[in-house]
Amino acid sequence: MSCEPWQCAEIASTKKANPIPKPEVAVAMIQRAAHPIIIAGSNLTERYMEGRPAIDFIIELAKTSKVPVVATAHMVGEFVKRGYQPAAFMNAMEIGQRVADPSWMGLDRKGHPDLVILVGMPYYMQALILSGLKHFAPTLKTMTLDNMFHVHASWSFPNASLDEWANNLKVMTLKFGGN
Amino acid sequence: MTAKNLHIKIDEMKTNSGLIKNLELSIGKVVNENYNEPMGPTPMPSVTTLRDWDLTLLNKYKPFYMPDCDLCCLCTFGKCDLTAGKRGACGLDIAAQSSRIVALACSIGAACHSAHSRHLVHHLIEKYGRRYPLDVGGLNIKVEAPITRLVTGIKPETLGDLDDVLAYVEEQITQILAAAHTGQEANALDFESKAFHVGMCDHIGMEVGDIAQISVFNYPKADPEAPLVKLGIGSVDRTKPVIMCIGHNVVPSVGIIDYAKEQKVDESLEIVGLCCTAHDMTRYYTRGRIVGPISWELRFIRAGLADVVVLDEQCIRTDVADEAAKVNAPVIAASEKNCVGFKNRTNDPTDAIVDDLVSGKVLGVLILDPDKVGEVAVRVAMKVAPMRKRKNVLPTVEEVIAAAKTCTQCKQCQRNCPQDYAVPAALKDAAAGDLSKLTDLYEYCIGCGRCEQACPQKIVIHSLIVKAGEKAMYCEDNLCRSGRGAVSDVEIRSVGGPIVLGEIPGIVALVGCSNYPKGGKDVYDIAREFASRRYIVALSGCSAMAAGSYRNSEGKTIYEEFPGGFEAGGVLNVGSCVANSHIAGAAIKVANIFAKRNLRGNYEEIADYIHNRLGAVGLAWGAYSQKAAAIGAGFWRLGVPVIVGPHGSKYRRMLLGRKDVPENWNVIDARTGETVNVGPSPEHLFNVAETKEECIVQIAKLVIRPNDTWKGRAGKLSHYIDLHKRYMGVMPDDIHLYIRTPADIPITMKDEIQKILEEHNWKETTIPDPTLLPRMVRKMKE
Repeated sequence: MSCEPWQCAEIASTKKANPIPKPEVAVAMIQRAAHPIIIAGSNLTERYMEGRPAIDFIIELAKTSKVPVVATAHMVGEFVKRGYQPAAFMNAMEIGQRVADPSWMGLDRKGHPDLVILVGMPYYMQALILSGLKHFAPTLKTMTLDNMFHVHASWSFPNASLDEWANNLKVMTLKFGGN
Repeated sequence: MTAKNLHIKIDEMKTNSGLIKNLELSIGKVVNENYNEPMGPTPMPSVTTLRDWDLTLLNKYKPFYMPDCDLCCLCTFGKCDLTAGKRGACGLDIAAQSSRIVALACSIGAACHSAHSRHLVHHLIEKYGRRYPLDVGGLNIKVEAPITRLVTGIKPETLGDLDDVLAYVEEQITQILAAAHTGQEANALDFESKAFHVGMCDHIGMEVGDIAQISVFNYPKADPEAPLVKLGIGSVDRTKPVIMCIGHNVVPSVGIIDYAKEQKVDESLEIVGLCCTAHDMTRYYTRGRIVGPISWELRFIRAGLADVVVLDEQCIRTDVADEAAKVNAPVIAASEKNCVGFKNRTNDPTDAIVDDLVSGKVLGVLILDPDKVGEVAVRVAMKVAPMRKRKNVLPTVEEVIAAAKTCTQCKQCQRNCPQDYAVPAALKDAAAGDLSKLTDLYEYCIGCGRCEQACPQKIVIHSLIVKAGEKAMYCEDNLCRSGRGAVSDVEIRSVGGPIVLGEIPGIVALVGCSNYPKGGKDVYDIAREFASRRYIVALSGCSAMAAGSYRNSEGKTIYEEFPGGFEAGGVLNVGSCVANSHIAGAAIKVANIFAKRNLRGNYEEIADYIHNRLGAVGLAWGAYSQKAAAIGAGFWRLGVPVIVGPHGSKYRRMLLGRKDVPENWNVIDARTGETVNVGPSPEHLFNVAETKEECIVQIAKLVIRPNDTWKGRAGKLSHYIDLHKRYMGVMPDDIHLYIRTPADIPITMKDEIQKILEEHNWKETTIPDPTLLPRMVRKMKE
């Protein structure tokens, strides 16, 4: 599993993400966070693992981890259609701007997110939002759950196969107490 | 105009004292008395004249920066690491660096359009004289150059008048470029203001170019029924010699068309265009063919369809000459901006140039005389075509399969594909004899060729894709309405009221390039969705081509299905890149012609009017270029929201409103001077839409304006809610922010919305006469 940016030209980074060596580490980080959120993008219905769309895996993870989900693009309907109500739906740039604003008190107004988990946007777009957060919210921790290494995140899973990706998400769900 | 050169040109005059030949005399400037409109407060604004207006907008729509790079490498102090608050050797931080890049990108774009226009104006003056009259729509257009009048205070009447206008633009671009030098501008918002300024200048540059070429080349003049022209590779008659013109500057194409007509061989040839040259060529010559956008360059050349390739300027693949050489197609470079390393043969005898190209002694030539380009291109095409016999480099199906078998599934192609397409999976299937996934890729591929560059096995992946899509490629036989140019004053009078009052739900301008996330069909779908809902849909450039490339269930293209007027449900192609100025011009003319606001040198007031009242939205779904950035910046300064597709995030900066911060949405009621909260209307000035579905919903929301009448607001909300439910699958969560009075509630949704309002503790507010400019208040509150 390589820790180079998935899209080969996205290398202009001096501060690089720490690779997440195994899903248990990601779970521990999420458990340590007081106000984590997941920002879930449009590729979750485009990409399939084990014959199921990635959105199904994220719903299972969100349900067991109880991390609130912000659906970007038109994904809210896809979540709702599958019986899961995201905490919010918002344009990807809008939620990026809000989490970069330290005065924003989060979706529930109980505190600014301290861990922002991104998954499923077009790679380059997610990379740019992560870059924005790295530069303008330097105390914020960011994580990605895709099978593509994101150099601008604080922590990112390395590049991995679809099977490995599915396994990572399933292990995380299991560790949070799911099936 | 206010002042112009007195210019006398005498070709030949016999007098008692002798014969005068070729006398030209210029004497200072004289005042033009024809323009009686009083001058506004900001003619020829300098870099900072409109800074307060910019900062007003930027306070409402704050930049969200997403640096593409942690470094600055623009000077030898660097590279400097600007990560997370660090400053570079010059003291600049990453916010200012990011906005500096935006300003630079916009400057490049503005320079590109303006230099294009400068070339056009020089060429046309040289050929037709400075006093050649401008005419963009006959009696139907009194306001011939709304942007120019608004910004500079000049009313251009002749080609010569455009000189002064361009001189202003060129100076401003130089000033902005200077500000980007190391150790100059320090502040991010000031760089943003400079980007706005150069964007405004870009719009002038575009307007100058288009009104010049419309006037001289007799393009359709504000004609809603401009001819339908052929579009697509399948529309090209492959039995005839084909001259392929790529770029944006029509002048060499005109040389080709004129020569072919003079020699009466125009019907024996196919003269086709890629990118905006295609639009302008077909505005001049309806037998011309529009092949497609930049994405079509490789496929057209590799398929062997071009017998001669003529390059003018902008958006030309820089490896075209190499690609053309592979299929024995000679290349003629025809612009100083793009010499391709070829020898300048402008002053050589035509016969010698033709002989050298036909024999293959040289692969290409640089010719800077458009008439000579015309003769050489036509003569070479006629001679080369029978020799080339459509030589191409597309593999056979068997070769596709064999090449696919060499794939090691290393995924470098996918990792280098801008779209992250699953190329390895397509190659895997192809190796087993199933080309269907490669065929699917043909529809979506933007033709950049990065996959091939990355492949360690040297598989010519793009050629494999084109071969797999060959059948579809030759079925591309559609129609595009020839660029109509400006919107007439009569049209503005007809729709100005309904637009401003919100009864026509909005104007959607689909502009720009072809870096689509999933093919051009999205553009067609978006345009058709809004035209069907009786929005005004204006198109230009590659978006106008994409929209014409698909047909409805009755087999009609969008230009056949909908009228071409600036009217409810109209789908109008204004033309090429530089014709984008007519979209901004139409917005300005609504303020001037319908609302009777003074235009001349009165930028802030007009922009304030447009921002608060005119439900217009720009969409550059496939924006990739610096020119697109500049066009966007011109709209930002006018207060018109712009949406880009997901690749537009690479412009690295959005201008976003915060609907969760109510105080951001205060305006002044010009009637009373009171502050009124009007909600997030429009919500953003520049934003990305991640998917087509989200884009459609964003457009419907971004046409909402503070000034909407209750009837207009109800109509706009009706579309917004309906589209939100259809494409997002749920009710919008912000509908309470857009209801000002109970009358705003769409009648069919009353119960549902009433419940939402109760949940949000909604309170009724007033509909103001909205302005962001305190000086516009007619009676201050006691």
